[in-house]
Amino acid sequence: MQNLLKSRHIAGWLLASPLAVVLALFLVLPIVMIVIVSFWGATEFSIYPAFQFDNYEFLFGSPVTYSVFLNTFKYAAITWVFTLVIGFTVAYFLAFHVHSLTWQVALFLLCTIPFWTSNIIRMISWIPFLGRNGLANSTLISWGVIDEPLEWLLFSDFSVILTFVHLYTLFMVVPIFNTMMRIDKSLIEAAYDNGATGFQTLTNVIIPLTKPGIMIGSIFVVTLVMGDFITVRFMSGSQSANVGRLISNDIALLQYPSAAATAVVLLVTVLIVIAVLLRFVDIRKEL
Amino acid sequence: MSTPPDLELVSLTKRYGSTVAVDAINHHFHAGVYACLLGPSGCGKSSTLRMIAGHESVSDGSVVLGGADVSHLPPAKRGTAMMFQNYALFPHLSVTDNVAFSLKMKGVDTATRRKRALEMLELVDMTAQAERLPAQLSGGQQQRVALARALITQPQVLLLDEPLSALDPFLRIRMRSELKKLQRELGITFVHVTHGQDEALALADEIVVMNNAVIEQAGPAREVFNAPRTDFVARFMGGHNVVALPQGRVAIRSDRIGLTEPAQGRLDGRIVTIEYQGTAVTLNLRATGDQDIAALIPEEEFFANPLTEGATVGLTWDDAAMHPLRA
Repeated sequence: MQNLLKSRHIAGWLLASPLAVVLALFLVLPIVMIVIVSFWGATEFSIYPAFQFDNYEFLFGSPVTYSVFLNTFKYAAITWVFTLVIGFTVAYFLAFHVHSLTWQVALFLLCTIPFWTSNIIRMISWIPFLGRNGLANSTLISWGVIDEPLEWLLFSDFSVILTFVHLYTLFMVVPIFNTMMRIDKSLIEAAYDNGATGFQTLTNVIIPLTKPGIMIGSIFVVTLVMGDFITVRFMSGSQSANVGRLISNDIALLQYPSAAATAVVLLVTVLIVIAVLLRFVDIRKEL
Repeated sequence: MSTPPDLELVSLTKRYGSTVAVDAINHHFHAGVYACLLGPSGCGKSSTLRMIAGHESVSDGSVVLGGADVSHLPPAKRGTAMMFQNYALFPHLSVTDNVAFSLKMKGVDTATRRKRALEMLELVDMTAQAERLPAQLSGGQQQRVALARALITQPQVLLLDEPLSALDPFLRIRMRSELKKLQRELGITFVHVTHGQDEALALADEIVVMNNAVIEQAGPAREVFNAPRTDFVARFMGGHNVVALPQGRVAIRSDRIGLTEPAQGRLDGRIVTIEYQGTAVTLNLRATGDQDIAALIPEEEFFANPLTEGATVGLTWDDAAMHPLRA
């Protein structure tokens, strides 16, 4: 026993095993279950084990699937663009314009304050603001900018994307800020010494060196938006759909096999998106 | 420009809040000189260099290059180029792209800038590594790339911020001879910041010793070493004793002190320790008035008439070896 423990190989396996067990039980096993159930059959009131492709056939045969997937991609893409622009700007400001560490930490904590409350609360707090008689509309009317309340402010794609951007920008800020802080400040001076303008320094030095952070943030945002269902339901007033809602509706109707099939397709889609992102940037050196 | 320009500092001052990092220094660097700014850390030498480069704003006074005040021009418009302490090579660009960076910023086309970059790499003997990334280079190679990147802008003054401090001692000596050779070939002014007096003596035509935000002494290397004018310079350059005599404080080189019988010399001293150094022997003495004096005696002379620790000897030197120090 003593000799067994002393062997470097055995010790390595033992040290790795707790995490391996946790991942196997709580990640691999559930996914395997979902994949298995996606081949099962269902009636109006029961599900039964089987190995059939009915669920997938129905999924790929329905035009609803394609429009819902397209809508999901649309949300992900627009949210990605806004979170990237806002996140990069905030991170840039924190990393390069705020010189004292104390202020950097203080402002960074300020960014995280909204996260002290739950997602749902942050989400629904937009409703009284954006509603027909909400703060935004009444303010605009009292300023004389508009005569009629704007209908598209709430329960629209606008409100869904606004909420997504609000919820997920920090997931972009953190990795980008982290990468930017590792950029040696003398590189910026060296670029300046070589005659680069501020904009040239940004495009030739800062953005290339921040790519891994941008990529990690993008993966966070894209996966979070693509897997979301509650934001779309609340903020669109159940008028828009994405894949998450498709799955949650199936579950509400106890159509587990159909929900599982949709989940598998969504998982594969997200994995493909991430694989494509990773083709562009090697994030391994960042981890 | 046909004749390379002189670089002048005119009561150049740098203040950070209430602290003065550089206090109204004046100096004239002649064109084509290899100058070393020498001093302990925090003496203001780096701030001075960064003000010349344009990476630090000038609080007062001016930097004059070739008769024109460049104090408020951006770095790239001054005719200076800086080599950074850690070289500051762009980690995502190949050696060639690093060297060609300033040309790319000017909008020079790819073929021309690659050609020019390869010419510069040839100058520093780095053509074989042209396609590598900085992380794949050794410290000495990175330094050559940094040099090439600075020189491709055709500067009139090259500013080097402790360029050798990141290298191991062996490489440091090799790179410093290469720096000197390159400066001779190019004929441009080098201003090199260092805290190592041996480095400054080995490289510089002119040494500017700084301490507490001011220039203590400036002049040709031999003059600064042989005739220090202040206590600080004498101690910092090393190899000197600062001795208090009735006529005032003087600096005397350790190797100019001779031994004689007690009471026969100018001072008496008791030997505290004896260190054999190979070519010479260092005697650390406690002289009259509790002064510590080091005497460097040639090896043969010492062993022809060996002394022991605790012995009392007389110390003697020529009048010419005494350099009176400013109070």
